[in-house]
Amino acid sequence: MKVTIDGKEIDVPKGTTILQAARMIGAEVAPPAMCYYSKLKSSGGYCRTCIVKVTKGSTANPTPMPKPVASCRTEVMDGMVVENFTSPEIVEARKGIVEFLLINHPLDCPVCDQAGECKLQDLGYEHGLAESRYEFERREFDMIDIGDKVKLHMNRCILCYRCVKVADQLTDGRVHGVINRGDASEISTYIEQVIDNEFSGNVIDVCPVGALTDKTFRFKQRVWFTKPVDAHRNCPTCSGKVRLWIKGEDVLRVTARKDQWDEVEEFICNACRYDHKKKSDWEIEGPSPVNRHSVISQNQYAHLNQQKLEQLKHQSALGFMKIDKKP
Amino acid sequence: MARKLLIQNDQVPGINTLEVYRAQGGYRSVEKALKTMVPDQVTEEVKKSGLRGRGGAGFPTGMKWSFLAKPEGVPRYLVCNADESEPGTFKDRYLMEKIPHALIEGMITASYALGARTSYIYIRGEYFYVARILENAIKEAYEAGWLGRNILGTDFSHDCYVQVGAGAYICGEETALLESLEGKRGNPRIKPPFPAVAGLWGCPTVVNNVETIAAVCPIVNMGGDEYAKIGVGKSTGTKLISASGHINKPGVYEIELGLPVEEFIYSDAYCGGIRNGKSLKAVVAGGSSVPILPAHLILKTAAGEPRLMSYESLSDGGFQTGTMLGSGGFIVMDEDTSIVKNLFTFTRFYHHESCGQCSPCREGTGWMEKVLKKFLNGTAQESDVDLLWDIQRKIEGKTICPLGEAAAWPVAAAIRHFKEEFLEVARSKKFVDISHYERLNKQYAS
Amino acid sequence: MGAQVHGTQEFNESKRAEIEFSDEAMATVQKLISNYPEGKQKSALIPVLHVAQAEFDGWLSPEVMDYVASILNIKAIEVFEVASFYSMFNLKPVGKCVFEVCQTSSCWLNGAEDIIKYIEKKLNIKVGETTKDGLFTLKVAECLGSCGTAPMLQCGASYHEKLTYEKVDRLIDSYKAEGKRRSYTDKDYKNTL
Repeated sequence: MKVTIDGKEIDVPKGTTILQAARMIGAEVAPPAMCYYSKLKSSGGYCRTCIVKVTKGSTANPTPMPKPVASCRTEVMDGMVVENFTSPEIVEARKGIVEFLLINHPLDCPVCDQAGECKLQDLGYEHGLAESRYEFERREFDMIDIGDKVKLHMNRCILCYRCVKVADQLTDGRVHGVINRGDASEISTYIEQVIDNEFSGNVIDVCPVGALTDKTFRFKQRVWFTKPVDAHRNCPTCSGKVRLWIKGEDVLRVTARKDQWDEVEEFICNACRYDHKKKSDWEIEGPSPVNRHSVISQNQYAHLNQQKLEQLKHQSALGFMKIDKKP
Repeated sequence: MARKLLIQNDQVPGINTLEVYRAQGGYRSVEKALKTMVPDQVTEEVKKSGLRGRGGAGFPTGMKWSFLAKPEGVPRYLVCNADESEPGTFKDRYLMEKIPHALIEGMITASYALGARTSYIYIRGEYFYVARILENAIKEAYEAGWLGRNILGTDFSHDCYVQVGAGAYICGEETALLESLEGKRGNPRIKPPFPAVAGLWGCPTVVNNVETIAAVCPIVNMGGDEYAKIGVGKSTGTKLISASGHINKPGVYEIELGLPVEEFIYSDAYCGGIRNGKSLKAVVAGGSSVPILPAHLILKTAAGEPRLMSYESLSDGGFQTGTMLGSGGFIVMDEDTSIVKNLFTFTRFYHHESCGQCSPCREGTGWMEKVLKKFLNGTAQESDVDLLWDIQRKIEGKTICPLGEAAAWPVAAAIRHFKEEFLEVARSKKFVDISHYERLNKQYAS
Repeated sequence: MGAQVHGTQEFNESKRAEIEFSDEAMATVQKLISNYPEGKQKSALIPVLHVAQAEFDGWLSPEVMDYVASILNIKAIEVFEVASFYSMFNLKPVGKCVFEVCQTSSCWLNGAEDIIKYIEKKLNIKVGETTKDGLFTLKVAECLGSCGTAPMLQCGASYHEKLTYEKVDRLIDSYKAEGKRRSYTDKDYKNTL
């Protein structure tokens, strides 16, 4: 099936969604997604950040779709034409969505463990407005512990449902879910029960914001001061392929590895996540790939510093200020 | 006298019983359909009748039925949407309470057409007493052989059940209704797939409004062509209108589609004019979610034609100067009504009823309510009118289900037609005690 | 929001033994379950919660929700998710008679606010509160489909429409005299118009 997104054409198999097709073309046309998660069944459709305009339904039925559609839940048709970043209407609508997601968000990034790897930060920066028009009190919830390893900070939650789907699809006894309704909805456990399952820690990795954080890592270190490396161990429960977040000789945190769309490659078990925090527990493979726009790439990689040096040398050769002289 | 097809017998004593209903000609459509027609013929008559969904969207019923997937060995279901919750609408309650067998008869005839062995009537929880009335009617129908195995000695067997909801407007959206019927939160599903392919428990399902299903009986009895002669253009047949607000005679009226709006408001056969000799200010013609129109635009179209009670005439001029027939919830407001405050009650309603699944509706409805509250307590700025306009624009068309539009349209229309009133309220800085509303919000939050 | 919905595990376990449907309620529940195909018993959840709320003092405690989950063979969180979604389920104790006064458009146009204020004064409670004797709880509700007979209130299964101050007085007197719990599931509803 041929589909054109922002003027770029691609051939995809039947059943592919617009979002998947856009990701196949590349990041330059891929809509942002806060709730969709390709590894989870029936995810997506809630946050509405990935909406796009279908200007031609298909070759057989060229009628445009009357409203913007969620690209993560809409399958492509042969001959479909889609506008994402090229549609001013969509860019404007997306600003609205980002504003909605932020009006009740506490914006407590300075004290949030997710800062630096938060999808909402990225979204706000890349697709939002510079300032908020919301002048009312933000809704507040109490923080709760979901067991001894996971902290739920509901104020930050954007209700993407990913953690609920992880519990439904990866574990056998879901004890947390979405309660109440409307803007009073919250993620909660049924009377403070513990998520007790060997894959439960994955709720942390799928959370796009700082609503679910790893209590063993909480307030230990800013992520951009830690260095991510890929590592593995022989694990009887999961693949054992993980990402270690290292500072000096200490393993501060263990997470699953994530791909370029920030999705977990393979879910990992709690033993790998919480119980193996020594470098000697792991075979280290090497530095993890990090998006060069990410704050995590700061301070870490010699080759980036090298690039910077080269650039400065270049400037120097052209008669700019000498690099060894401070102004 | 205008023709009535649904509630013509509402004043007959005992019409809620099967005996009296039958004596008045009830259940004839079941006899006719089961004994003289094949299922597709029934669907054909409904198509010919031009009947359009009476719940609000106005989608052609016959076409909806023809979309129903019919894979071998998979059960199909008919589900009646009796979750009537659109502010201003109480016609289904009236019909079910007064003449419950009219709905049961329609359920059987429609199920025969669709090949549904089982059907459910999903009724809003607040109508618990109406559910009791329906259950009694169903019991009578089983005893008389209109429900159960081999109805009238034919191969057709049918079971019909009532399920109550528990207080959620959103369950009037057909996929939220199906979720609720499956014992879940009333979160609308993401479509496709549509219920006609994967509905109740994943099986092909038709969801129709109470009045739509009841209308199947006269259609089968008189034939689709005859039914289509009633009304005007593509607005065929009769429609139940729930009239409320500042009128002399609020209540449920069955009208032939095409009745002039002016006659409906001022004739003694219907609303009987505005109460206390006041003049008309505005009308919400089809339930809270349709655009409000000022008096001059509800009585006449922008082109100066008399406005009629029909799908086409009410929507003449689009949203710039028109509105929609919707569910037929006709709310009349007199000259003293505050459009701003009325809008506040609507917006609070949608905020309260948002399911919370998707972000524009979850966050936007509450925001609009908060901004409107500023108009009530005298703290609004003139710029808040533009802000409201922008918020509704960013909700409309961006949500999973039509609740987003339902919440956005009333705000847009009130500003479109009464902007000066909003600006005046903002300028006056008049303080109104709204501690009352603050308390209400606390109740909702708990 | 948040904390008040979380009880403690111990409380949950210790109260558990006392929760059991009467034979009559159990028969109703079994009938409700039989309305759905085999394996689809979760569909009965909302009707069963209504029965439970009527049976166990007008509200759904965590123990009651646990009990319902065990009867329908579903997870407790599934019950909690549903019970907290729908406005007719009380997750906190309420009075024997819960007055729910409609406050949406048509009722508002016809003086619902005055009726609410009158009841607040008469019962000496605010919206959301319960009288000291535990007899009345006052709530507000969104459109109850009674717009043509506004203003109105619902108490249990009964609709009381075309309210006036005098009518409110009479209603309060009669519910006081009766002194019994009113539920949505009541068969002896007494609508007044």
